[in-house]
Amino acid sequence: MLATIEKNTTWFLACKANDVPTNGGVCVKYNNDQIALFHFARRGEWYATQNECPHRMQMALSRGMIGSQSEEPKVACPFHKKTFSLKTGECLSGDECSIKTYEVKVEGDNVFIGVSQL
Amino acid sequence: MKIIVVGNGMVSYKFCEKLIAKAESTLFEVIVFGEEIRPAYDRVHLSEFFSGKSAGDLLMAPANWYSDNNITLHTGDPVQQIDRANKTIHSFKGITESYDVLILATGSSAFVPPIPGVEKNGVFIYRTIEDLEMMTAYAKKAKTGAVIGGGLLGLEAAKAMIDLGITDTHVIEFAPRLMPRQIDEAGSNILKAKLQLLGLKIHTSKNTAEITGNGCIDGMLFSDDTKIEVDMLVISAGIKPRDELAKLCGLETGTRGGIIVNNKLQTNDPSIYAIGECALFEGMVYGLVAPGYEMANVVASNLVASLNLPMNRETSKESANSEESAGTDGLQNPPLGGGGAVFSAYDMSTKLKLIGVDVASFGDPFVAGENCRSVVFEDTMKGIYKRINISSDGKQLLGGILIGDAEQYNVLLQTVKNKVVLPPNPEDVILGSRGGESDGGAGVLSLPDEAIVCSCESVTKGMICGAVTEGGCETIDAIKKCNKAGTGCGGCVPMVKDIMLHTMKAQGKYVRNVLCEHFNYSRQELFDLVKIHELKSYDEVLDHLGKGDGCELCKPPVASILASLWGEMILKKGNDTAQDSNDRFLANIQKGGTYSVVPRIPGGEITPDKLIVIGQLAKQYNLYTKITGGQRIDMFGAHLNDLPDIWGQLIEAGFESGHAYGKSLRTVKSCVGSTWCRFGLHDSVSYAIRIEERYRGLRSPHKLKGGVSGCIRECAEAKSKDFGIIATEKGWNLYVCGNGGSKPQHALLLATDLDDETCIQYIDRFLMFYIKTADTLTRTATWLNKMDGGIDYLRNVVVNDSLGMSALWEAEMQVLVNCYKCEWKEAIENPEIRKRFSHFVNAPEVKDPTVVFEEMRDQKKVRDWK
Repeated sequence: MLATIEKNTTWFLACKANDVPTNGGVCVKYNNDQIALFHFARRGEWYATQNECPHRMQMALSRGMIGSQSEEPKVACPFHKKTFSLKTGECLSGDECSIKTYEVKVEGDNVFIGVSQL
Repeated sequence: MKIIVVGNGMVSYKFCEKLIAKAESTLFEVIVFGEEIRPAYDRVHLSEFFSGKSAGDLLMAPANWYSDNNITLHTGDPVQQIDRANKTIHSFKGITESYDVLILATGSSAFVPPIPGVEKNGVFIYRTIEDLEMMTAYAKKAKTGAVIGGGLLGLEAAKAMIDLGITDTHVIEFAPRLMPRQIDEAGSNILKAKLQLLGLKIHTSKNTAEITGNGCIDGMLFSDDTKIEVDMLVISAGIKPRDELAKLCGLETGTRGGIIVNNKLQTNDPSIYAIGECALFEGMVYGLVAPGYEMANVVASNLVASLNLPMNRETSKESANSEESAGTDGLQNPPLGGGGAVFSAYDMSTKLKLIGVDVASFGDPFVAGENCRSVVFEDTMKGIYKRINISSDGKQLLGGILIGDAEQYNVLLQTVKNKVVLPPNPEDVILGSRGGESDGGAGVLSLPDEAIVCSCESVTKGMICGAVTEGGCETIDAIKKCNKAGTGCGGCVPMVKDIMLHTMKAQGKYVRNVLCEHFNYSRQELFDLVKIHELKSYDEVLDHLGKGDGCELCKPPVASILASLWGEMILKKGNDTAQDSNDRFLANIQKGGTYSVVPRIPGGEITPDKLIVIGQLAKQYNLYTKITGGQRIDMFGAHLNDLPDIWGQLIEAGFESGHAYGKSLRTVKSCVGSTWCRFGLHDSVSYAIRIEERYRGLRSPHKLKGGVSGCIRECAEAKSKDFGIIATEKGWNLYVCGNGGSKPQHALLLATDLDDETCIQYIDRFLMFYIKTADTLTRTATWLNKMDGGIDYLRNVVVNDSLGMSALWEAEMQVLVNCYKCEWKEAIENPEIRKRFSHFVNAPEVKDPTVVFEEMRDQKKVRDWK
C-alpha cells in the first residue's frame, strides 16, 4: 500500500528555496489548487499544506505565522488564529477541521512539492 | 567574650535578643542584672495593665527564655558598683563578676520636680508595675486625682487614673500647651477639647507650688494662688536617666544627666557601653523605645563583628530578618568593614492613642519659615486636627501633626523618611483624594522596598513582602514571628497588614503573566531584557531569552518590542515573519483575503487634491471607500498584488502610511478648532497634526488613539481616547487612558492648563511608561485599571517624576521620533520586501482567483463567508 502511494506521488517544482521567507510561508499555485509552502528554517524543515483555512474557507494559511506547540510544528491562520499541525494537518485549537498536508523535498535551490494522485 | 548587662528593661532584653540572633550563643557568656523582680516587660503598654493584662502578659520573654539561650539572669539584684580597673562588678546580693564588655542599660526614672510635699502619701510616679500596683491599692479610697505633666507620659498616667475609676482627674501642665514636644497650639486645643469631653480637667501654664495635706495629699496649690482638692497625685513630668552607677565609677555624664556615648554607644571607657534611656548621645536622651532598640542593635552588631565572626544573620539594619537566613550562607557575608554599625540622630516621630484619641507627630512637626508651607485641616466638631509641613516647591513632606484621626500616620511618616514626592495637591495626603478615586493602599505601594516600616525592629517593606512571598506568612502573627515587624511599639501594625494584604493580593492575582510556552517572561520583563541584551531580531530574542520555535502568541509582541525599542523598519532582519499578518503586509486583512488601505490624514485635515487622488485610486483599483472613526479614508478590497502600486501612487501624491494595520498610533482626531469655530479657544487641528506626526509609527502594546478638542464642548471626543487634549482658557487639559471598544471608559484628567511643550512632554512620558510596562494587547484603560494606585499613581509618575524616569523616557521617545520613516516608502523601494506582495510565489502576476465581490449601494462588497 505504501509503495502504491509513493508510486503515485507527483513532484512538481514549486519555487526556488530563497523565494520563501525564512520561517515563513508562500502560496504556490498548482493547477487550480493553492498550496501553502513553509520554510521552517529554525528547524531546518519544509512543510506544505492546503492554503485554505477550513474554519472560514479563507485562502490565507500561507500568510500565517508558524511556530511550535511543544514539539509539534504548526501554522496559525491570520484570520482567527486557528492553529494546525504542519506534520499531520490536525487542528491544534480544538476544532474538528483539519488540513491536507503535502510532502516537500529540496534539491539544490529547487523546492518540490509532492502531490499524491490517488 | 563575657558580657555583663546592667539593667533588664526593654532595651536590655532587645540587646540580648539581637546578640543571640547574630551569633551562636556559645560564643558569648551573657550575664544580666535587673533591679526589678520581674524579667523585662513591655513598659510602653504599661497602661494595659489596667485594662486586664497581667504582669505576665507584658513580659518581653518568659524567664526560661534567658536560660534557654545561655543567658544568666539575676532579677531583683541591681549592680551597685563597677570596678573599671579590674573589670568587675559587684551586685546588691553580693555577686562579683568579671566582664570583658559591660553594657549599661539602666534606663531612666521619673523626674520628680522639687515641689514641697512630694513625699506625702498618695503621691506616685508612673514607671513600673510596682508603681501601678501601689496606685491601684491607693485609688480605692481616692475620688479625685491629678497628674503633673501634660506630655505623652502624663496623659498616659491620666488614662491610668480614669482606668482606676478616678473620673475626676486634673492634668497640670507647666507649658502653655499639652504635649509641647510633639504638637502645636492648635493641635493642643483640639486635644484638650477632646480630653475634656472625657471628663479630664486640663490646666496649662500651671505651675505647682505646693502639695498640701497632713501626711496624705489633700490638695495642690499653684503659683497663681489657685488651688484644687485632690486625693491622689501622679507625677509624670519627664524622665531622668539612671546614670548614678556610671557617675560612681567615673564615666562621663551630661550636666543634666545621661551617660555620654559616641556613635557606637561607647562611653569614655571603651569596654563600657550605654544604651537606651540612660545614654546621652549628642546632647540628647532618647525617651522612646525605638531608638533604644536601634542602640541595642548597633552594639550587638559591633560586638559580633569584633569577634571577627561572619555576621551570621544579616547585617545590623536588617538583623530582624532572623531565622531563614541563618546557617552556612552567612559565611559568605564579610564581617562589618570599616567603622561598623553606628547610631545616628533618631527620628522621634510618634503615634499613640491617648484615652481613645489618636495623637501623632512625625518628622518636623513645627517647622516654619520661608522654605516651608503648612496645610492645616481643623474640624472642631469631630475633634480632628491635621497639619502637614511641606517644602515650598510642594514636593516634599517635612513633618506634621495628626490629632483625632491618625490613620495616615504610617504612610505620612514613610513619605517623610523616604522623601516620596507628594501628589500635586498635597492636601490629598491628609484629606484623601476628593476626585472620587479611591486609591486604598497607594501610599503603601509607592514606598520603596528599603523603606523602614517597623522602626522598632528595623523591618523594611521589602522584608515584609518577602515574609509573604517567600516565608508564606498570611497573618500579622506569622509576620511578627518571621521578622518581628510590629512587635515593638505596635504602631506600624496597620501598615504591616496593608503591605501584607497587598502582597498577598498581588500574589493571588499574579498568575505569572508569561507570553507563551517559549518565553517564561511577561511582556514587561521581556521588554527590559531585550533592551539590556540589545537584541534586534525575533530569532536573536528567541535564542537568548526563549526556547523552542516560537509561535503566534510570542512573535507579534516580541516584534512590537523590537520596534518600540529600536525604531527599525519592521520587515527587516527577518522580523517580517514574526509580524502578525497585518504588519507583515502593512495593510489590514479583510474578509476574503483582500486588504484595506489607509493613508495617514493627520488630524483629519485633507486638501481637495489629496481627496481627488484617493478617489481616483479607489476607482482605478475598484476599492470600496469609507470614512473611518478616526477621520480618515479607508479603501477596502485591494489585492495583495496591488498594494505596492497603490502605495506607490499614494506616496507620490504626498501620503504616507497610516499604520492602521499596526499596534501603534492610529489617529489624533480633532475638531475644527479656533481657526473656524466661533467657540474654539485654541487651534486644535494644528496641535493634533503636530501630535499625530510626532507619534506616527510608534509601536505599542496595543493600538493608540488620540484626540484634541478646541474647547470644552469636546467635539473631538478626546475623552474616549488613550490620550485626549482639551483646550482651556490657559492652555490644555490632558486626559489619559480613555477607550472606546467593548468596555468604553472615559479618559481621566492627568494635568491641567498645560502649554504645548509640557503637554507633549507628559504624553511622551505617559506613552513610554505604557509601552514599557503594559501587558501585550492591553489598552491604556485596562493598563490603568490594573495599576495599583490608579490615576494618582500615574500622575505622580508622569507629572511629578516620582520614578525619576522622565528624562530618560523623553530622550527615548525623541530617538523614536527622529528615526521615523514611512514603512510603505521603504517597502516599495526595497525589492526583497516588495516581492512578498504577490499571492502566488510561482505566478506573481496572478491575483487570488477565489476572491469574489458583490455589489451593494453602488460599491463592491466581499462575498460573505459561511
